[in-house]
Amino acid sequence: MKKRKKIISKKAIEKERKNIKKPFAITLDVGSSLANETGSWRTERPVYLDRLPPCNNACPAGENIQAWLYLAEEKDYQGAFQEIMKNNPMPAIHGRACYHPCETACNRKDVDSAINIHAVERFIGDQAIKHSWIPKYNTKPSNKTILIIGAGPSGLSAAYHLTRLGHKVTIYEAGPVAGGMMSFGIPAYRLPRDIINAEVKRILDMGVKLKLNHKVDNVVHDMKTGKFDACFIAIGAHLANRINIPTPDTSKILDAAGVLREMETGKNPPKLGRRVVVYGGGDTAVDVARTAKRLGAEETIIVYRSGREQMKAHEFEVKEALEEGVILNWLTTIKEIDNSGSIKVEKMELDNEGYPKPTGKFETIEADSMVLALGQNVDTSFVEKVPGIKVSDKVVEVNSNMMTGYPGLFAGGDMVPSERTITVAVGHGKKAARQINTWLSGKTYKPLPKNELASFDKLNKWYYADAPITVQPQLDTIRRQTTFEEVLGGLDGSNALYEARRCLSCGNCFECDNCYGVCPDNAVIKLGPDNRYKFNYDYCKGCGVCVKECPCGAIKMIPEQI
Amino acid sequence: MTKLDSKQRVKFYQKGTFTVGNRLVNKKERSVQASMERSNAITSGHRACQGCGEALGARYALDTVMRITKGKAIACNATGCLEVFTTPYPETSWQLPWLHSLFGNTPAVATGIAAALKVKGKKDVRVIAQGGDGGTIDIGFGCLSGMFERNDDVLYICYDNEAYMNTGVQRSGATPPTARTATTMPVGDEPGNVFGTGKNMSLIAMAHNIPYVATASVSNLHDLEKKVEKAMTYRGARYIHIYVPCPLGWGHASDITIQLARLVVDCALFPLFEAEHGAVTSSTPIRKKVPVEEYLRPQRRFAHLFKKGAIDVERIAKIQKMADENIKRFDLLRKEEETTI
Repeated sequence: MKKRKKIISKKAIEKERKNIKKPFAITLDVGSSLANETGSWRTERPVYLDRLPPCNNACPAGENIQAWLYLAEEKDYQGAFQEIMKNNPMPAIHGRACYHPCETACNRKDVDSAINIHAVERFIGDQAIKHSWIPKYNTKPSNKTILIIGAGPSGLSAAYHLTRLGHKVTIYEAGPVAGGMMSFGIPAYRLPRDIINAEVKRILDMGVKLKLNHKVDNVVHDMKTGKFDACFIAIGAHLANRINIPTPDTSKILDAAGVLREMETGKNPPKLGRRVVVYGGGDTAVDVARTAKRLGAEETIIVYRSGREQMKAHEFEVKEALEEGVILNWLTTIKEIDNSGSIKVEKMELDNEGYPKPTGKFETIEADSMVLALGQNVDTSFVEKVPGIKVSDKVVEVNSNMMTGYPGLFAGGDMVPSERTITVAVGHGKKAARQINTWLSGKTYKPLPKNELASFDKLNKWYYADAPITVQPQLDTIRRQTTFEEVLGGLDGSNALYEARRCLSCGNCFECDNCYGVCPDNAVIKLGPDNRYKFNYDYCKGCGVCVKECPCGAIKMIPEQI
Repeated sequence: MTKLDSKQRVKFYQKGTFTVGNRLVNKKERSVQASMERSNAITSGHRACQGCGEALGARYALDTVMRITKGKAIACNATGCLEVFTTPYPETSWQLPWLHSLFGNTPAVATGIAAALKVKGKKDVRVIAQGGDGGTIDIGFGCLSGMFERNDDVLYICYDNEAYMNTGVQRSGATPPTARTATTMPVGDEPGNVFGTGKNMSLIAMAHNIPYVATASVSNLHDLEKKVEKAMTYRGARYIHIYVPCPLGWGHASDITIQLARLVVDCALFPLFEAEHGAVTSSTPIRKKVPVEEYLRPQRRFAHLFKKGAIDVERIAKIQKMADENIKRFDLLRKEEETTI
């Protein structure tokens, strides 16, 4: 019998298919893992924060160094200039004369060497002068006028900041030029006068009135006559410290401050003779010695009471002086000067505690002149007349708001207790300006809390390539001994850019994308250029890899609030 | 200290040199991971442990493949941690077409995919096969060797976390000597994994004379991406061996995953090199060498070497010797004239 083949129609097959029950393993449609919010696994969460870079922390003028290096490395020099000007009106000067505590604090010194911050600041300052950039700011003019006594770095800084806050400022300066110790204390081979003039002019062009050759005797009276609402005194410390050295001819003993002042204001340079002895171990002693060399002294000897390590002068100043041929006689004191001009000195030695003590051994040094560089004091005579002002330890006391005992009278710079550098003075000027501003409005100044410090252990230095510091070109020794040309040259465009790019950006995100790239859970959201990042806490498991791999330490883990 | 000439100096992006991205570099020169348009081949929500190195390694490699192939890639995955944490039914973290093969036949399945694409004439679609060290070096070894020998157009990526992690940290052919695993406990005459055992899969791959072999580590992202990119320019069998730390299996803190991946390279236990047709063509020199001890200490699987008062100097010295041999073989401590900026 033939078997008939059963014909199954397509329709029947379809019907069968629809009736089959799907095995459980494929009953659910494929879904995305995004439904599984792994953020619930966390016990601690990462947060972005800004930490305080050590350079900012160390700067006496309160510059936001990390911020302007950030702009400089993008080649936005004008932006960097504006950022500097928020705190310090004189970058070109500071790039030459500041002792850069920022560089001593720089974290990069633990990678290879510190950033050459002052050289980059100098470059930006010089660019600003070259292109005539002016500070940009928005402010409502107040109707207050402030008197400033002293056109040194402190006074000029206060004038700048007060004008920037909207007030009118008048400066009374006793001397014939503005600049204070910048003009009268720092020699031209470190700080050329045209740089000082350019930066001072930029401040004055903002509307500051300057009256030169105008010495103030009665502060309270001048404030009333001029109808000033407040006053900032910054007269500095120009009186030289003198000691008693037995000598028949006191005219041969000069003081360093006087010599440097005469260099600036006198018609002819001071005549120091062929052999000059400088007594003292600070920066002023070294400056005078190097100036004497340039004025033609064949032999310049610095005589210092204690040892080389105890000298207060900065190391690089001493090094440059020695390169120029200045002779250093340490552990030597001056006993007396006789008729022929010979100086009798006694050799000292260090005792067990490191203090110099006399040895009883004497020597004679021949000299045409002797310059004392034993420190400077404040002329407190006119200030002492003001009721409420207290002078102690030869400086004027001020409270934490830079105000003296007399309400409305503020003081800063070398005349108050301070480390006597122009950067500290500029910092005082800024602080006093802000305090005056607050005081005039009747409020109390509340400083913002500082971020935690971005110390080196918070960084991940593996991500920074080795890059040695750019050293500034130096003038050769012969030129240095005979002219007052600048000893240190500046950086050029490519060097400055390179140097700015060495900055580690401690504690502040520079959008390196590390956290975005290194998260195993894809839980970092990139918000685009200049907007940094955001954590996606729905998925972040709190592993902490981002914290460890952030090169600049701008992330930290905090416990989850359970 | 590396010297840079004036031209290099202006191009010096220092911060971005080794970081994932850099705002100072133009977008084309940044890594794939830095881009906001990266494909995120493994998206969020997967069930990997905190700080999993394999999740990173896989995303790095596949994002690069996706960029180069403009999304036209098919991945085939062996059983293991990667497969398990990305695809717990019914969810998947993958953002590309993905197949799960058996534990040991991934290379064979990948071969099949490649053949099918060839038949269909789809020349622009590329095949990636991936697996852990267990699935590649031990269980999948036969199939892998076959795939290499036939020179099938597949890029095989092995994520080496040095044990069978998914099933509870059992020893594999990639487990380093003295490492503690569930099957090599630190007891007896030879504590931990025994010296003299194990396979170097990259060298075995080289012995097959395939067009391209490379090793990479999750700590050197730029290096890893370059190698994947280069591999994709070839047709034929290619092999990339990526070193991925495992916080749970190795017993280290979850935040030092990348750091360990860096230490293993810097102590020379894992040399980074490339080879073509059986000969080494390049190796990445070590920036700053560290002793193997620095790499071993943070991991609890090596804790028995560092018992208080009884540091196993002999075995550590043996491991150091292995590292030193790598240095010699691949010339890892040479000074490069130009810096890669």
